[in-house]
Amino acid sequence: MMTNTGNRLTQGQFSFLPPLTDDQISKQIAYALDKGWSIGIEYTDDPHPRNTYWEMFGNPMFDLKDPAGILMEINACRKTFPHHYIRVTAFDATRGWETPRMSYIVNRPEKEPGFRLNRQEVDGRTIRYSVESYATTRPEGERYP
Amino acid sequence: MTKPVEDGVITDARKRYAAGVLKYKQMGYWQPDYTPKDTDVIALFRVTPQEGVDAEEAAAAIAGESSTATWTVVWTDRLTACELYRAKAYQVQQVPNTGEGTRTEAQFFCWIAYDLDLFEEGSIANLTASIIGNVFGFKAVKALRLEDMRLPVAYLKTFQGPATGIVVERERLDKFGRPLLGATTKPKLGLSGRNYGRVVYEALKGGLDFMKDDENINSQPFMGWRDRFLYCMEAVNRASAATGEVKGHYLNVTAGTMEDMVERAEFARSLGSVIIMIDLVVGYTAIQSMAKWARKNDMILHLHRAGNSTYSRQKNHGMNFRVICKWMRMAGVDHIHAGTVVGKLEGDPLMIKGFYDTLRDTHTPVALENGLFFEQDWASLRRVMPVASGGIHAGQMHQLIHYLGEDVVLQFGGGTIGHPQGIQAGATANRVALEAMILARNEGRDYLAEGPQILAEAARWCSPLKAALDTWGEISFNYASTDTADFVPTATAA
Repeated sequence: MMTNTGNRLTQGQFSFLPPLTDDQISKQIAYALDKGWSIGIEYTDDPHPRNTYWEMFGNPMFDLKDPAGILMEINACRKTFPHHYIRVTAFDATRGWETPRMSYIVNRPEKEPGFRLNRQEVDGRTIRYSVESYATTRPEGERYP
Repeated sequence: MTKPVEDGVITDARKRYAAGVLKYKQMGYWQPDYTPKDTDVIALFRVTPQEGVDAEEAAAAIAGESSTATWTVVWTDRLTACELYRAKAYQVQQVPNTGEGTRTEAQFFCWIAYDLDLFEEGSIANLTASIIGNVFGFKAVKALRLEDMRLPVAYLKTFQGPATGIVVERERLDKFGRPLLGATTKPKLGLSGRNYGRVVYEALKGGLDFMKDDENINSQPFMGWRDRFLYCMEAVNRASAATGEVKGHYLNVTAGTMEDMVERAEFARSLGSVIIMIDLVVGYTAIQSMAKWARKNDMILHLHRAGNSTYSRQKNHGMNFRVICKWMRMAGVDHIHAGTVVGKLEGDPLMIKGFYDTLRDTHTPVALENGLFFEQDWASLRRVMPVASGGIHAGQMHQLIHYLGEDVVLQFGGGTIGHPQGIQAGATANRVALEAMILARNEGRDYLAEGPQILAEAARWCSPLKAALDTWGEISFNYASTDTADFVPTATAA
């Protein structure tokens, strides 16, 4: 089990808050849509901090402007991947940004075993560090029962 | 020279270049009908002329002394395209609320245009050696302050700009849609490397994104720089594994020589640090060198503005911090301390908005109430992340987000480390307050008015936040700012 506050992965905008309700998620979606951003849903069972490319649950929904429709997609993703991490990302295509402007987790496995810190002693007192998820020692799809 | 004699300009070249002393106006440094070119650098000075010196002559003198003039006529001007190289003072305006009938002696804003050929490409040192070189000690003016500059796109394109910028920094850190959270390790002097790293680990694990060396932590008897780097990186990696998040510590590489700084930066890179830091006192050239190093080495470059208040705080002399913001964006830093509004250090909300806009926007319009005298196109130079540090705490979260927005690093040093339940709890309190406030803002709540209530709601399930609010909820620093706008009444945050 992770020993940090909340015993959980703290990536994303709202990981220190109680899990968001569907109503709260809808309001965050409405905020993003109001800014003209497009929403994408991504899932993974490899939550390494440098794992940038979670699997896309379809392309970002450029043409879907209805929070209820997007929430349906989120719930479809949750139903398909109930034990995965799922995050909602809002993409801004404006010149000078062209990058995600929001990203928050909306689903996570019940048990989060966390990460091992590997240390390799090298020259002098220098240590090479690597972070490894305990879950990813198992194959994809079998990591979080 | 085509000016009529009544203007005081001498048209006859023989007379103009005869040996002797002329007024600066007569030498051609005052040109009220000059229209600045798109490629001109424009500087706006606030001048307090000596008694008996009229405003136009003072403006002409500043133009002269910051470009080609010396105290007497020299015939060698005639070997050059001197009319091009002369800076041109083209507008003078009395500063509101100065002069007769006020408590402040008369001050004037002077607009001066400089041809692009006066400046070496990509060199802040060269730009500043002209604009703030000799002229600030010039006897004909009692006091002089550089208020603002318009940098032409053509000139900006010769600068690298921020090594990383807000967009890429956020992508590397995988953190979007909220201010980043940091803290400076305290006490800032005296901790051993081992003890220092403990503070870093606790705060990062508790929920902060960054920890930071203070400006005067370099390599002192109590803690050598290599020890600090090694222990801090142990702390950063431990915290990253404990949370699954990218974490960082600004390793201050400021040192006595450029070679030492590069050695320290390279060690930081070899240890896998995502960010290093330097102090403004290392100088403009060293800053540009480190910015190029940072771009080349995938490093975020944090700048602490140590020393700036020696010349930016008083209104009548020195230079406005917004000019430093412009130069530092050109020089290429990724972070710069730019004020908190509500904390312990100088900062009027309207002025700070001007600094933040200058650092973060791709285009800034004229906004006199924010001290921005010129429209500025930033020519795709990346955005700089402002840092708010000094006497801020979780209880001000609604005000901080209201005044500073979300692209900012909020640094709660004392507000993390001084928490009654410990450093991790202090960090958690700050992170919970931040996330709760962003959630509320995005939901469309009037979070500025309802801020205390939003925090109290979160404190109901988060005891570290409750303890933070109980300890600091009432603390505020209400002093009048010295650096305020000239054009509208200012409001100071409660």
